[in-house]
Amino acid sequence: MVNQAPTLDDPSLITRPPVGTTGLVGKIRQTFFNNVLNTIITLACVAALIAIIPPILDWAIFNAITTGDAALCRANASGACWAFVGEKLNFIIYAFYPQTEQWRPLAMMLIFGGMVGVSLFPALWRRELLIAWIVALLTMFELMAGVLFLPAVPTRLWGGLPLTLALSTIGLVLAFPVGILLALGRRSQLPILKLVCVGYIELIRGVPLITILFMSSLMFPLLLPEGMTIDKLLRAQVALIMFAAAYLAEVVRGGLQAISRGQYEAADSLGLSYGQKMRKIILPQALKIVIPSLVNTFIGFFKDTTLVIIIGLFDFLNSIKSALTDPNWLGFHVEAYVFAACVYFVFCFGMSRYSLFLETKLTPEKVR
Amino acid sequence: MVDIAQRSAGSNGLLAALNNRHVRGTVIQAVLLTVVVGAFIYFTSNAVSNMARLGITSGYGFLDRPANFGIGEFMVPYTPADTYGRAIFVGLLNTIKVALAGCVLATILGIFLGILRLTNNPLLSTLIQGYIEIIRNVPLLLQLFFWYAVAQKFPGPRDAFQPLPGFFLSNRGVKVPWLEWTPQHDIVLLVAVIGVVVSLFVNKASERKRDATGVGFLVFPWAIALIFVVPVIVGAVIGAPLTVTVPALRGFNFTGGVSLSPEFFALLIGLTLYTAAFIAEIVRSGIQSVGKGQSEAARALGLPAGRIMRLVVLPQALRVIIPPMTSNYLNLTKNSSLAVAIGYPDVVSIVNTTMNQTGQSFETIAILMGVYLTLSLSISAFMNWYNSRISLKER
Repeated sequence: MVNQAPTLDDPSLITRPPVGTTGLVGKIRQTFFNNVLNTIITLACVAALIAIIPPILDWAIFNAITTGDAALCRANASGACWAFVGEKLNFIIYAFYPQTEQWRPLAMMLIFGGMVGVSLFPALWRRELLIAWIVALLTMFELMAGVLFLPAVPTRLWGGLPLTLALSTIGLVLAFPVGILLALGRRSQLPILKLVCVGYIELIRGVPLITILFMSSLMFPLLLPEGMTIDKLLRAQVALIMFAAAYLAEVVRGGLQAISRGQYEAADSLGLSYGQKMRKIILPQALKIVIPSLVNTFIGFFKDTTLVIIIGLFDFLNSIKSALTDPNWLGFHVEAYVFAACVYFVFCFGMSRYSLFLETKLTPEKVR
Repeated sequence: MVDIAQRSAGSNGLLAALNNRHVRGTVIQAVLLTVVVGAFIYFTSNAVSNMARLGITSGYGFLDRPANFGIGEFMVPYTPADTYGRAIFVGLLNTIKVALAGCVLATILGIFLGILRLTNNPLLSTLIQGYIEIIRNVPLLLQLFFWYAVAQKFPGPRDAFQPLPGFFLSNRGVKVPWLEWTPQHDIVLLVAVIGVVVSLFVNKASERKRDATGVGFLVFPWAIALIFVVPVIVGAVIGAPLTVTVPALRGFNFTGGVSLSPEFFALLIGLTLYTAAFIAEIVRSGIQSVGKGQSEAARALGLPAGRIMRLVVLPQALRVIIPPMTSNYLNLTKNSSLAVAIGYPDVVSIVNTTMNQTGQSFETIAILMGVYLTLSLSISAFMNWYNSRISLKER
């Protein structure tokens, strides 16, 4: 046992890696400067960032005015005027909702936020949650409209963020089952049922949302018997539901088509009825597959609710737009739109991140 | 046994019949048909009595009446004395103009961004991803309002921005240099179009030769010659002048060049940037969907990088890319209807004016739906044709 294998303790045996290929420096060199093209790209990006970021920061933060009046803002041309947003925040959020009753939309949004927060956890998806949602939606409606105890507020005074949230949530909640039924109808073997569903889906998807909103606001009143009127907001909501249902139907159909025949046949051979087969075997699998596209459709729909501006409803975007018409505060378009963009971004980006989480949570088999 | 069967059939024969799949299907469809037809009759009768009460005569006769409203921009001559029919046609051309330009620009920008997003440089791909996320998560209508506000904030013609020589951005719109168009140029354009068609035949001939002998010939030089060189020579021979009119400030406004209105500019920029973000994601996922083994195998066969992309990766990626691309073109066309919100005279905005002036809501909405359904179906038909050409041929 005299012969010993050489160990790495011997300093003369350690070869150091070439300088600049390891550690932080080496990593940076590898990723950003490993060849001429990459070096040029890196330098161009850095130059672009230097050209863009500081002016934006100057405008949005360092030179910005957060409190004060319009004259102060006009005097300061180099910075944003967030004072405008601060001054108009109340109007932007509540639009024309009566000043004394504004705690009601606030409470409605808080309930909504709480319900969404609770619903984010798949572990809590039970029958009780569904019941809680129904109760919450009724409470929210009561808060906004004042049917029972509170003073009534007509829908033409509704507006701002609560309206956007209401239009998109109620729209999706009601469009989803309709979309599933349409998708099942389209896959049905009954010819007339199939024809009606295909015709409906293709017609709605072939025309812009504006056309459908025009129909609801201008044409639909002519279709009702004389003296009968339906609330304008309700008509717009129905139009949005009809629109979203057609798009959701196509997404769900994609999921239905992806389920292998064996699943259908296995359900049949167990003697399940059509309803049982769909509810317990096919739809749970089909809907799980299409979660990403469903969420994309949701996001698209949330963005599309802004189109109600065109038929004169005061959603969040429209209340910002009309805040701009205040003669004391003319010309702060960019600030207003940047603020609106940030709000919409938070909602949409949140949804898309949540869908990623949900995808990994519900399909553990796909995660490696 | 017989007794029981008879009894159950006799006691609730109707319910038993409903358990039969065929009977149930017929009943469901009959109910559906009754509801649809009933609703149609109900609404139509209401509409007829309402229109009689309001004194609106139905029919498309109003299309021949003078419109009496001006349109800001038109591609065919138009005056307020022209008919509603012509006004709607002008709007339709404006819609097609912005949709076509938007599709082309969004495709170019989107492919460019999609490929850049895949570079190994994390700085660049993060920047592009940031752009895509911001654009995709903000409503298009808001973006259009933003661009329209920006276009209106441009300085007056006297101190217009000049990003490139000859290009002016002012609150009167965007001015760009343009070739002075003469009838001779129409001929040159025609020759170029013929060149495109002939190149397609040359391509066919090359394919046939390769099928027969295993070696084709290069189509590229032929195409260049036919599409560019020949028309230029023809132009020189028949004397098509190569005069470019550059916009220049005369007094209070610009003369020369081609003018894009602030509305058109805002709409085009908004639609292009918005759709490009979606196309970039499609292109990226399409290229990523081609397995790494494919390009490695191609490299093992000794193909150079350009041909690997052109012959191996792209044909397979396109199969994934084309179907969602189609729906994006359709979306862009439908989204161009948001023009009405910023005052660009597209077909929706003109039909809307017509509806307000004449009260013919059924006819005008029918026209609008007809227009968009036709546009959608033509785009789908074209893209389906292209898709079937490039799709996997399974034998």
